[in-house]
Amino acid sequence: MANIVIDNIKKSFGAFQALKGVSLTINDGEFVSLLGPSGCGKTTLLRIIAGLETSTAGDVRIGEKSVIGLLPKDRGLAMVFQNYAVFPHMTVYENVAFGLRMQKADDARVKKQVEKAAGLLHIEPYLDRYPNKLSGGQRQRVAVARALAVEPGVLLMDEPLSNLDALLRLEMRTELKTVLQEAGTTTIYVTHDQTEAMGLSDRIAVVHDGRIEQVGTPVEVYNHPATRFVGGFIGNPPMNFITMPVTGGQVTAGAQQFAVPAQGGEIVLGLRGETVERAPTGQGLDMQVRVAEPMGSHLLLTGSILGQPARVILPATETVRNGETVGLTLDPKRLTWLSPENGVSYPAAA
Amino acid sequence: MTQNRSWIPYALILPSVVFLGLLFVVPLVQTLWLAVSDNGTPSLANMTTMVTDLNFGRSVLNTFLLTLAVVPIQIVMALTMGSMVAKMNGGRETILWIWTIPLGISDLAAGMVWLSILQNTGYLNSVLFGLGIIERQTAWLTYQTPVALFIGIAIAEIWRGTAIVMIIIVAGLNQVPKEFKEAAEIFGASPWTRFTRITLPLIRPALQSALILRTVLAFEVFAVVYALGGRNFPVLVGEAYNWQNQNQNYGVAAAYAVLIMVISLAATLVYLKAVKVDPERLP
Ligand SMILES: Nc1ncnc2c1ncn2[C@@H]1O[C@H](COP(=O)(O)OP(=O)(O)OP(=O)(O)O)[C@@H](O)[C@H]1O
Ligand SMILES: [Mg+2]
Repeated sequence: MANIVIDNIKKSFGAFQALKGVSLTINDGEFVSLLGPSGCGKTTLLRIIAGLETSTAGDVRIGEKSVIGLLPKDRGLAMVFQNYAVFPHMTVYENVAFGLRMQKADDARVKKQVEKAAGLLHIEPYLDRYPNKLSGGQRQRVAVARALAVEPGVLLMDEPLSNLDALLRLEMRTELKTVLQEAGTTTIYVTHDQTEAMGLSDRIAVVHDGRIEQVGTPVEVYNHPATRFVGGFIGNPPMNFITMPVTGGQVTAGAQQFAVPAQGGEIVLGLRGETVERAPTGQGLDMQVRVAEPMGSHLLLTGSILGQPARVILPATETVRNGETVGLTLDPKRLTWLSPENGVSYPAAA
Repeated sequence: MTQNRSWIPYALILPSVVFLGLLFVVPLVQTLWLAVSDNGTPSLANMTTMVTDLNFGRSVLNTFLLTLAVVPIQIVMALTMGSMVAKMNGGRETILWIWTIPLGISDLAAGMVWLSILQNTGYLNSVLFGLGIIERQTAWLTYQTPVALFIGIAIAEIWRGTAIVMIIIVAGLNQVPKEFKEAAEIFGASPWTRFTRITLPLIRPALQSALILRTVLAFEVFAVVYALGGRNFPVLVGEAYNWQNQNQNYGVAAAYAVLIMVISLAATLVYLKAVKVDPERLP
C-alpha cells in the first residue's frame, strides 16, 4: 500500500519560510494535484517527499512507514523534474532505461518497458538520439517516460507537461491519467495550470504561500472555494467577490433574497461568472457592463456590480451593448459566502 | 549589409596573430632550424649528440616516469577534493583558497620548500629523529637513494601542481546541474555509480583540459627537480638547460626543446582522441 501522509511539514531556507506547516494525506492509487502560483512551495514540498531536501519539521510517511532519514532510492518512488534533468550524455533509450538498469533488470525487460513508455509518450522516433538536439517538449516527455518505465508505486511529477503545445498536452494528459489509473500509481502532480489540475485529479490541493488553502475534489474546490484566494485562483474568469450589506440575516439582490450566515454588517458574495442568468427587466442584480465580448461559445461581460469589478458569462445567444446595464438572476445553490474580515468562506448550506 | 562586414573578425584577431607570430612562431622556427642544422647547413649532428649523451636515456625515462606517477595521482586527488568541496555548504571558498596557495608559489620556491623538509638537516629528519625512528641524519635526495629521491620529487610536484587541476575540475563540476545527480539518486544509483555514470561523463571537457594542461606541464618539469635533486635526477628540460648554460651548446639545447615539444603535442593528441568530447552529448 503506497499511501502518502504528509504531516505538518515545515521548511525554512535561512530566515525565509517556504513551507509553513503542510499536511496532506494521499490515498493509495490516488491522483492528487498540487496547484498554486509560482514560488508557493510546490517543488520544495515534492523534493522533501522525494528525500532530496530535508524538512525543518514534520513527518512524511509512505505506506504507513516514516521515510524521513531514508535515502531517495529507498523510498520507492520516481520523479519527473521541473527542468527535466534528462541525462545529456545518454541516448533517449538509455535515459528511459536508466531506472531499470539501476535495478539490474535484464535486457528483455528493459526493452519491453522502454518501448512501452516511449510508445505512450510518442518518443519512439528519438530513441537513438541524444537529448541535446530535442526540443523542450520532447525532453520533457523523455523525463516522463523515464519515470513511468520503472512502474513506480509513487510518482511525483513537477509540471511534467508545461512545455507541450495545447493539443499534445491534452492528449498526453488523457493517456497519463489512463495508464496511471490502470497501474494504480499513487501520484502527486504539480502544476499551475488549473485546467490540467481539474481534468486530471481525484483531488486538488491548492497551495498558497507555503500553506495548503484547500484540499478537495475539482468540483468542490471550484464550487465552494475555502478562501478568497482559492476562488480567485481557480476558474477563468476567476470568481467574483462582491461585498454586500446584510440586514436581519438576509442579503437582497434585485428581486432575490438569500439567507446568509451573518446577522448584520457586510458579507462577501463569491459568484462564479457562469452561474448567472439574465433577469427579466427590473428584477435582477444590476451589472454595469463596460465591455461585452462575444467569445463564440459564450458572451463575456466585464463591468461592475454594486460598484465592484465583476466578470460574468451569458449564453452566446444574448446581445449586450457596451455601457448597458443588465439585471442578473443568481443561482442560490451555487453561491459562496465569505467573511469580509479574513476571506474564509462559510460552510456550504446543506 | 552584414555580409560586407565579414572582414571585421579577421581585423580584430590580427593583432594577436601578429603578436603570436613574432613572439612564438619566429623563435619556434629558429629553434627548429637550430636543432637540425650545423653551422648553417642542415645536419642531424645535434640530434645525434643528444641521443648518444650519457644522460639522454635517463632524462627521458625520468621525465616519463614522473609524469606517469604524478598526473594520475593529481587527477584522482583533484577529483576527490573537488567532489568534497562540492558537498560543502559553508566555508567552501576558504578551503579552495587554502588549497590553491601552492599555485601562488614559483616552482623554484616550491622546490626550496621541499628541500628544507627533505634535506639532511631538514624537518623530516628532525621529526623522524625526534620520534626515535632514525638514529642519525638520513640522506633522501642523493644518487644512492634513487627511489627516495623520486618519491620526494613526485610529492613536491604533486603538492605544487594539484591545485591547477583541481581548479579546472571544480569549474567543470560547477557546470553540472545538481538535478542530474538527484535524478540518478531517485532512480537508485549509488554514490559511486552517480560519480562514474553521471559526473565523470559530464565533466569530460574539464577533465580533458586538465589532463592536457597537467601532462604538458609535467613534461616541462624542471625547477622542483633541480632544487631537490640537481643533476642526480636528470630530466629533459634540465638537460636542455645544461646544454644551453653549462656547455654553451645551443644546438643540442634546441634539439631537447624540440623533443619536449613533440612529446607534448603527441600527448595532447592522445588525450584529444582518448577523452573525446562529443558536443552532442553535452548539456
Ligand atoms: N534552495 C533554496 N534556497 C533558498 N530559497 C529557496 C530554495 N528553494 C526554493 N526556495 C524558495 O522557496 C520558495 C518556494 O520555491 P518552490 O521552488 O518550491 O516554488 P514552486 O511552487 O515550485 O514555484 P514554481 O511554480 O515557479 O516552480 C520560493 O520563494 C523560492 O525562492
Ligand atoms: Mg516548482
